[in-house]
Amino acid sequence: MSDIKILGIESSCDETAAAVVVNGRKVLSNEISTQIPIHTLYGGVVPEIASRKHVERITQVVDLALKKADTRPEELDAVAVTYGPGLVGPLLVGVSFAKAFAYAKQKPFIGINHISGHISANYIEAPDLKPPFLCLVVSGGHTHLVRVIDYGKYEVLGRTVDDAAGEAFDKVARAIGLGYPGGPKIEKAAKNGDPDSIEFPRAKVADHPYDFSFSGLKSAVLNYLNHEKMAGHEINRDNVAASFQKAVVGALTDHAEMAIDEFGEDKFAIAGGVASNGALRASIEALCDRKGVRFYRPAPILCTDNGAMIAAAGYYEFEKGVRSGLDLNAEPSLAL
Amino acid sequence: MRILGIDSSGLVASAAVVDDEVLLGEFTTDYKKTHSTTLMPMLDELIRMLGIDLKSIDAIATAAGPGSFTGLRIGAATVKGLAYALGIPVIAVPTVDAIAYGLYGSKRLICPLMDARRQQAYSGLYRFDETNEFIVKKEQAPEAIEDIINRINAEDEPVTFLGDGVPVFRDYIERNAKVDYDFAPPFASRQRAGTVASLGRKYFDREYYTSAEEFRPDYLRQSQAERERAEKAGANA
Repeated sequence: MSDIKILGIESSCDETAAAVVVNGRKVLSNEISTQIPIHTLYGGVVPEIASRKHVERITQVVDLALKKADTRPEELDAVAVTYGPGLVGPLLVGVSFAKAFAYAKQKPFIGINHISGHISANYIEAPDLKPPFLCLVVSGGHTHLVRVIDYGKYEVLGRTVDDAAGEAFDKVARAIGLGYPGGPKIEKAAKNGDPDSIEFPRAKVADHPYDFSFSGLKSAVLNYLNHEKMAGHEINRDNVAASFQKAVVGALTDHAEMAIDEFGEDKFAIAGGVASNGALRASIEALCDRKGVRFYRPAPILCTDNGAMIAAAGYYEFEKGVRSGLDLNAEPSLAL
Repeated sequence: MRILGIDSSGLVASAAVVDDEVLLGEFTTDYKKTHSTTLMPMLDELIRMLGIDLKSIDAIATAAGPGSFTGLRIGAATVKGLAYALGIPVIAVPTVDAIAYGLYGSKRLICPLMDARRQQAYSGLYRFDETNEFIVKKEQAPEAIEDIINRINAEDEPVTFLGDGVPVFRDYIERNAKVDYDFAPPFASRQRAGTVASLGRKYFDREYYTSAEEFRPDYLRQSQAERERAEKAGANA
């Protein structure tokens, strides 16, 4: 069987990314052009600015990905692109470019679900990983606990009913003056803080044990800050960061444990931007050790939004014969 | 020389192929549908109908702005994908210029009006001189409708209005225009890729073109966030 080479394109939020991946597992190139410095000026991602930056960068990023992979467009078997979920303007740039490029090169073209992409990053990191397994997807926009039944086939056990975990990180980081992006800044501050100094609640969602809720936690942090301010106490940002992070990681780990106990899968993976958080990795790894479950996590470069994960997911869709039409639209609320 | 024209700057989605002196084909719709679902299928239909090879296209001319931000970026990303894959240049044609060029040979002033919301239009002022040379009297820009009509009145010459701003500003024009005015007929009243490609050819001959990498739409307006940030900075200065 000959190798299948797929170009993956990702532009659902604030990274313009493209990669060439062989057989869904071997990364030949993985180019990411981040917009974080621009959005930092505004304290978060501004969709119109993000869209414009994607337009400015997309050709160069794809060109670099092909060159670094030493691959001519003619050698590609297909082009895979994120078509949702995400911000509509940014998504449209990747979808429109990918369609036109694939059309002009007469290559098959496949729309990929961004969350499926995050999960598929694990196939790259661990060449031996095969479904079924459980996966916790946590990022700035998503929090999903998923049973991966087969390649590209998922059962969503739970999802957030309000804020995504990464969103809560961003909001709390802003509230304690750490700035954007919140994830890495909270993690850094938390290293110097005492996670047991403040008791923040771990919210449960009534009747939906696998769902997550982080807006209550965020409010609890804001209330705490207000209360301390009124009382004239000085706020220890490191302690707030550490206690908040502990509450998030705790909620995620509790849910993971419940799923392991109920479904008895012997493999558990994490994915998404927040999956590079050291405290979360350590907590889930300890849980897996305790349960005798094999733990999988992608390298940080594969946790962030990237093209390689889209190409990996694209490979399995390609093998199933899935193809998208030239009328594919961006779907900002696409479900997994 | 064969030029592919693309315009998705407004409600119109349009694709056309123009050879040196002939419009080989044009597919234009002005219908409320998302350009991301229509533009590529239209282009594909056009190419198949004409039976031409995409590789025979020498350059892509596109309405580069102003226009709807979403429409412009769908067009820009599509054009970049095509031009990069085909290894051909991109000719960035100002949207308002291309609309005006559709009235080739007119002896009146030409005033396109693209609805820019907030009682503004993206507009400019154009004419064809006695040798039918296309003259840009005033470059495209977003402007309040009253400033546009005041200028027209000061010119004191017959004028033709056209563009998707006409239905929006017709009442205002009828109440305030003091010159002889009329409105363009349907075939010339909106964006058309055939016009973009035709004007694009003139630009190409003057070596006004760029690459897929370098091409950027000309939005003519900052994003709201940038505007507010600049205002704040101004207020604090």
